Amino acid sequence: MKKQVKTALIWSFVGAMLFLMYVPILILIIYSFTDAPALGVWGGSTMSLYGRLFTDPEIMGALGNSLLLAFVAATLATVLGTAAAVGIYYMKRRRKAVVGFISNITMENAEIVTGVAFMMFFLAVRVGYGWPALIIAHTMITVPYVILSVTPKLSQINPNLYEAGLDLGASPVKSMLAVVVPQLVPGMVSGFIMAFTLSLDDFIVSKFINGGVETIPIYLYNALAKRGADPTLRALSSVLFIAVLTVLIALNVVSARKRKKLAKA
Amino acid sequence: MCAAVKEKLDNIIEIKNVSKVFDGITVVDDVNLAVKRGEFVTLLGPSGCGKTTLLRMIAGFELPTSGSIFLEKQDVTAVPPHLRPINTVFQKYALFPHLNVYKNIAFGLKLKKLPTGEYDKKGKPIFRKFTKDEIREKVERVLKLVNLEAYGHRDVTGLSGGQQQRIAIARAIVCEPKVLLLDEPLGALDLKMRKEMQLELAAMHKDIGITFIFVTHDQEEALTMSDKIVVMTDGAVQQYGTPKKIYDEPANAFVADFIGESNILSGVMKRDYCVEFCGSEFKCLDHGFGKDERVDLVVRPEDIVLGRDKGALKGEVVSSVFKGTYYEMEILAENYEFTVQNTVEYAVGETVWLSIDPNGIHIMKKLKVTNEFDGVVSSDDTVELCGGTFGFVNALGLEKGDEVRVKIPFDKIDLTDDESDGAVGANVTQTFYKGSYYQVQVYTDDDHEFFIDTVDEWDIGDRVGIKIAPEDISVERIARSDTDGDGQKDGETADE
Repeated sequence: MKKQVKTALIWSFVGAMLFLMYVPILILIIYSFTDAPALGVWGGSTMSLYGRLFTDPEIMGALGNSLLLAFVAATLATVLGTAAAVGIYYMKRRRKAVVGFISNITMENAEIVTGVAFMMFFLAVRVGYGWPALIIAHTMITVPYVILSVTPKLSQINPNLYEAGLDLGASPVKSMLAVVVPQLVPGMVSGFIMAFTLSLDDFIVSKFINGGVETIPIYLYNALAKRGADPTLRALSSVLFIAVLTVLIALNVVSARKRKKLAKA
Repeated sequence: MCAAVKEKLDNIIEIKNVSKVFDGITVVDDVNLAVKRGEFVTLLGPSGCGKTTLLRMIAGFELPTSGSIFLEKQDVTAVPPHLRPINTVFQKYALFPHLNVYKNIAFGLKLKKLPTGEYDKKGKPIFRKFTKDEIREKVERVLKLVNLEAYGHRDVTGLSGGQQQRIAIARAIVCEPKVLLLDEPLGALDLKMRKEMQLELAAMHKDIGITFIFVTHDQEEALTMSDKIVVMTDGAVQQYGTPKKIYDEPANAFVADFIGESNILSGVMKRDYCVEFCGSEFKCLDHGFGKDERVDLVVRPEDIVLGRDKGALKGEVVSSVFKGTYYEMEILAENYEFTVQNTVEYAVGETVWLSIDPNGIHIMKKLKVTNEFDGVVSSDDTVELCGGTFGFVNALGLEKGDEVRVKIPFDKIDLTDDESDGAVGANVTQTFYKGSYYQVQVYTDDDHEFFIDTVDEWDIGDRVGIKIAPEDISVERIARSDTDGDGQKDGETADE
């Protein structure tokens, strides 16, 4: 009896938490299929919001900017982060701890501080706000996530693998690229995706340095500030949510399959 | 493989005065070694003896701190590993998990450059790569050699340990190296697989005629497979010879203890061909020692003959264990506990006579006969040595700051459980059972070696204190001119 009460309590708590977390998003998605000006009024189901979304040149422009920025920043972050992870991994213990700690700072730092810092820094070194500043800043804030997802792969590698490459006649660079990097690919892919979504998502840092460039989060903010809750934003938010969710599910399915395959072998 | 006889006999690898120091610790200590072309040489020793580091220097993964390595008379000390015609089979195989069996083996071939025999305008030789067909042919041939013909397309991660092992060997020998290095390649296999692979490796070595340098800590493996064995400890070569020579004539107590079962005793050479131990004189085949020189001697358990009513030593059976084809008995005679192997069992408690044939006794130089260090007098009755302060009897009227040579006999040193009870702390690194007592080797933190004869049993790795009574320390002054340029001398002061 007592046990049943306990389980019931636990489940109602979990239920309440999930409800609070997901119901607002769910409502947003449901209301993206009506063109009523405000939530709570159902104006008949229609796809017209989506139609407007995909034809609005401003939104499409912002989406294009966001995707391009995310792609460039994530690519740079993956290259830099992988190289850094390899470098840090082979450092001596003391230095490793120090450099590891420093490389995590942008991750743990309050984003508003990072944003202000980048703003002042770019001003000081005369890097123009807009594309150059955005690419540099997004790369810098996502590099630690790549390091974080590549490092575990490094520790799984047989320590003699790189040497085996050398032993068979590969130069140090060739052995790194042909032998070590292929082992890191899963970590690099998940690091890339993490960097991509983080960049897509970033508002605070971007806001300080975007110049005239509008990314999706900045467009959303500006649109809300200027015109209030435009119904089109419901469709936009739904699309973003579904897109990110799809990527996450795909990632999990792939890694689950891989684990199954390994368990079989 | 029908190389000329002369070519077969030359040295393919020569290691000259090679040392390696990691963070102030000497891992390989002035090693000299020559390996003949086509030989199967095993580096044998306990873990941490420097054998793997030595192998890694031959492969080019580590740079010697000093000394040189020659391959076919060419100095290759500083040549990076990818430019050496040497291949390695790693301890845990190190197969490339993203490539299948075929591609793993073809990896080295695809990178290999062959001289075409032609020269360009500047007179430089022109190189080419293997063609696809050549690579396929070579890979298939080597897969056949390791009995895995049908495995080319398989994923390496799905293979058993033994199969991965063979792929690793195939991957290395397909490049036709001048020397094949094997770093404990059988360590990860189970016993049965290990035995099979031992024989297969030895057969493969005969087949392909490549020089093998094999690293192991397993003395049986070394004895089974090798043409020559290099016994190492503390970074130094203790003995280099054929398995039979090393078993029958170990160079010192360490080698005797490490290879096979043995009774190691202390004795005194009375004269040539005669040694005294256990209170009796025995005939032996050794000569050339000083009169009354203290020596170590080894008697293999199978070389002791037992009899009911006559022999050289009278003893009593303490225990007996049946080992399949023989009985292994512990026999107490003259306070020494002998290990004896015999096909006839004697009951526990029974009185037996032991006799030893002259060729069953092997005499070895003592590694050291007394502990000897350089120290400095620090007050009227104390002397500083090996990082500790010891009391001594100042009969010579020495003064503070005098440099002295200090001698302490093995049996005058006490080891204490509590480090702080001794004048200096140390770690136990070796113990040899000498029948009635243990000879314990310890190292102080500043790397000085002490030998102690004690009846207490200490374990390797024990932390101990070293305690010496003042009257047991003998001190003599060193004339200043003697010490010039001599410096601090670490490790053994043994006369070779």
